[in-house]
Amino acid sequence: MASRDYMHRLPDAGSSLRRPESFSRRWHIDLPLLLLLILLAGVGLVVLYSASGEESHYVKRQAVFMALAFVGMFIAAQIPLEFYRRWSPWFYLGGCCLLVAVLFFGVGAKGAQRWLQIGGFRFQPSEALKLAVPIAVAAYLHKRSLPPSFMTVVGALVIIAIPAALIVRQPDLGTSILIAASGIFALYLSGLSWKMIGSAVVMALMAAWPMWIWGLRDYQKQRILTLFNPDADRLGAGWNIFQSKAAIGSGGWDGKGYMQGTQSQLDFLPESHTDFIIAVLAEEWGMRGALFLLALYLLIIARGIYISFMAQHVFGRLLAGSITLTFFVYVFVNIGMVTGLLPVVGVPLPLVSHGGTSVITLMAGFGILMAISTERRRVLF
Amino acid sequence: MSENLRFKDHHTEQRLFRNRMLVAIFGVVVLLGVLVARFYNLQVVNFEDYRTQSDQNRIQVRPVPPTRGLIYDRNGEMLADNRPSYTLSVVRERVKDLDATIELLGRIVRLEDSDVEKFKRRLQRRRPFEPVPLRYRLSEDEIARISVNEFHLPGVSVEAELVRYYPESKLFAHSVGYVGRINDRELSGFTEEDVRRYRGTQSIGKVGLERSYEDLLLGEVGYENVETNARGRVLRVLERQDPKPGAELTLHLDTRLQQVATEALGDNRGAVVAIDVKTGGVLAFVSQPSYDPNLFVTGISFRDYSALRDSLDVPLFNRVVQGQYPPGSTLKPMMGLGGLAAGIIRADTKVPDPGFYKLPNDSRIYRDWKRWGHGKHVDLIEGLAQSCDVYFWDMAHRWGIDGMHDIATRFGLGEKTGIDLPREYPGLFPSRAWKRGARGVPWFPGDSLNAVLGQGFVLATPLQLAVMTATIANRGTHYRPQMVMAIDGVEQPPEVLHHVDARPEHWDLVFEGMEAVVYGIHGTGKKAGAGLDFKVAGKTGTAQVVGIAQGEKYDSEALKERHRDHALFVAFAPADDPQIAVSVLVENGEGGGSVAAPVARELFFDWMSRPLEDTASRQGGRPPMISAGFRHPHPHEVAIRG
Repeated sequence: MASRDYMHRLPDAGSSLRRPESFSRRWHIDLPLLLLLILLAGVGLVVLYSASGEESHYVKRQAVFMALAFVGMFIAAQIPLEFYRRWSPWFYLGGCCLLVAVLFFGVGAKGAQRWLQIGGFRFQPSEALKLAVPIAVAAYLHKRSLPPSFMTVVGALVIIAIPAALIVRQPDLGTSILIAASGIFALYLSGLSWKMIGSAVVMALMAAWPMWIWGLRDYQKQRILTLFNPDADRLGAGWNIFQSKAAIGSGGWDGKGYMQGTQSQLDFLPESHTDFIIAVLAEEWGMRGALFLLALYLLIIARGIYISFMAQHVFGRLLAGSITLTFFVYVFVNIGMVTGLLPVVGVPLPLVSHGGTSVITLMAGFGILMAISTERRRVLF
Repeated sequence: MSENLRFKDHHTEQRLFRNRMLVAIFGVVVLLGVLVARFYNLQVVNFEDYRTQSDQNRIQVRPVPPTRGLIYDRNGEMLADNRPSYTLSVVRERVKDLDATIELLGRIVRLEDSDVEKFKRRLQRRRPFEPVPLRYRLSEDEIARISVNEFHLPGVSVEAELVRYYPESKLFAHSVGYVGRINDRELSGFTEEDVRRYRGTQSIGKVGLERSYEDLLLGEVGYENVETNARGRVLRVLERQDPKPGAELTLHLDTRLQQVATEALGDNRGAVVAIDVKTGGVLAFVSQPSYDPNLFVTGISFRDYSALRDSLDVPLFNRVVQGQYPPGSTLKPMMGLGGLAAGIIRADTKVPDPGFYKLPNDSRIYRDWKRWGHGKHVDLIEGLAQSCDVYFWDMAHRWGIDGMHDIATRFGLGEKTGIDLPREYPGLFPSRAWKRGARGVPWFPGDSLNAVLGQGFVLATPLQLAVMTATIANRGTHYRPQMVMAIDGVEQPPEVLHHVDARPEHWDLVFEGMEAVVYGIHGTGKKAGAGLDFKVAGKTGTAQVVGIAQGEKYDSEALKERHRDHALFVAFAPADDPQIAVSVLVENGEGGGSVAAPVARELFFDWMSRPLEDTASRQGGRPPMISAGFRHPHPHEVAIRG
């Protein structure tokens, strides 16, 4: 460990002293993370094939997205961290402008307005903010002395609140919360005092009641109520949860076998290839499969935390920590919702659910993690 | 460079970050633990429950309706068939927005408001996840259009169903009857067992044989466990218990004879019944006018129904078993036999007929239908041949109502014949007790004079008259009339209800009198035997529809057509070896001899001129049938009171 640490800390000038650079070092690849992601993506495609009723169309599409996402990750890994930090205000402002544009010119479906149409291309600006917000907050905190002063915290909260509020308006509560969480994680990791965290929690609890009355739409309230009494409305709001619990539960320890899940194959499971895909895996592969997937996620998160520990300066540290913890939130919220622990909010299961943009954003985030992990000691100041 | 950076303490910052991260790691581990615990709870602790739920989800027990038993005539001609019909059905549980779905369906197929209305009513009493019919009788074109649009119509299905079809249409509406959709009233009368038996079955016998043999025709419901997907579409059958089809009925009815009778009646309203003398089997059963029973099978339209219901000709009315008419003089042969058996009259009893009759101590004059009478020496044979009223008045006066009531009952008058058809009416043959009970007045001698002529209180259905005639033709063996000859190929034995006991010479005398009706010089029913190479024995009758006041002259021209007398004729043939007995009623036909007798002649001609190979079936012995211990008539010896 000590020797590796030494190697790691060698200045550029010393490179000629070592054996020729490995591929991964030269191209800023974090090999353990890459292998874990490839494994996860592979599992995702296999489950998706079953979940989409053996229709290879979905799987092919998803494979193309995955390939694009790995390319995106690779590119994101090549960019020096300093570039992200310096340009963070512009990413952030650009993202917010796009969000404003969505409010005016956005297109959408099912009552939500989330996309911008440019030519034949549809683009969801809130995805970009998933990265822009933690980068902006980390860069903002990077410049200040830590633990943050009260004014610094207020500043960070403003940075978080503006895009979160714009996304709530679309409306897209799920994404908004995830984006806010990514910013708050950076703030939390920077050393936000427990006193402030405590008072924020108290305020949040106090705000819960007015939020319930004025903040939530009826369907959102319904979803929360369903959580507490899923059998009340089996054919309505409770249908999804009833069916996904039946799918998971009937899988047992061993599972019903690949492509043998009756719940998913007979269409009882709603959205089986998108948000509820974990139920397909749990039904067909059983608890063994579910534990395997959770282990895979745990290893990725552990690697992310390791990278954040090894980061050389505040910006990288906060950003790596934020990206990793947000990734965990994705996993937890999705599985929590499918297993009936949390209300149903549209959060996909990272790298397994069908869907293009989320894969690309996630992989870009992992690219940044790799950039952090392979960042050599540079003179930043 | 920012001011702040100068004071940055990298070590403190790093320690701070590590502390925070350690807390976060703790949080991550705890929450992952929660997820693992959740999977454990769902997949291990509650595995059995969820497996059951998942199975219940996908496996449905579906009833498999049995095919309804077919109905054939005696020659194997199909009278009630099952044909596939395609029904548009909706499973409420699988449909998100019912109104939108109906709206969309309305653009794909023709949907009347009444269809939607009936559908909504059916929805309220359905079982969960049961397809509820929305439109019946889809055309090929409509089926194609629905299957093209199937993709956006979850919960909507097209189901093939066997539906009753009556190929002979009007011809057997009153005998075979029809089935119709089970209605609320029938449903509320269902026992638990009925509810089970009718699972999956939409229709039930409403009238006719379809109703009286409902239990046999229905069959036994089967079941299958099917795996369905979330939209209710059946993907495979896991297990199946086949339904048992309903019993096949073979009737005594003969399609050709039925046709002959119908054509002979022409446009007249009326009824014709022909009975196989040897078994009591009903060979022809005509109630005119008739209607198309197919209209009722999947629900008759309001317009069609009100047309049938409001018609002055009452086509829905089953004249054969529900029409209660005064039988008129058709009772005379039976009364003659009764009088002979009771010793009231003898072969040589002669009565002078001056054209009227007076009861002792009564000034009222009873006029014979023939103004100048039938002569000085009318005996039984002439009394029958010319339908002499005075002869029978004389007998009735001496005999009294009790004896007449007794003999009428033996021949099946005044009570239901017991035919295997529903809603039969009993008719009426009065007695002292009846009159006191129903009218609150005693029996008058004049009432007996009316009764012997089949007037006054006397009412009989055309079926009862046919049974009476068959009983005479049998020389006293009174069979229960039967529509069904065999069930599932097993022959149904004839059933003797009574035996009317009289001496052979009494029967001979009555036969002679009835032959004289057809062949006598003054016979009233000559048209019944015209051109036949066998002998016919019969009796004409005329039944007053409107009472004619005493002393008034009957003027048919002045009466509205519907107030004219009904024409009646009963007969059997051949007279020396009776095989077929017939009763004919023509409403407002006036002349029994002129209008009703020719109808009977057509029947006799057709039945007796069948080629020899038909004789076997005429005897009720179809080759493929298994005889179920043919019970020979075991008559109760019935003595007639003297």
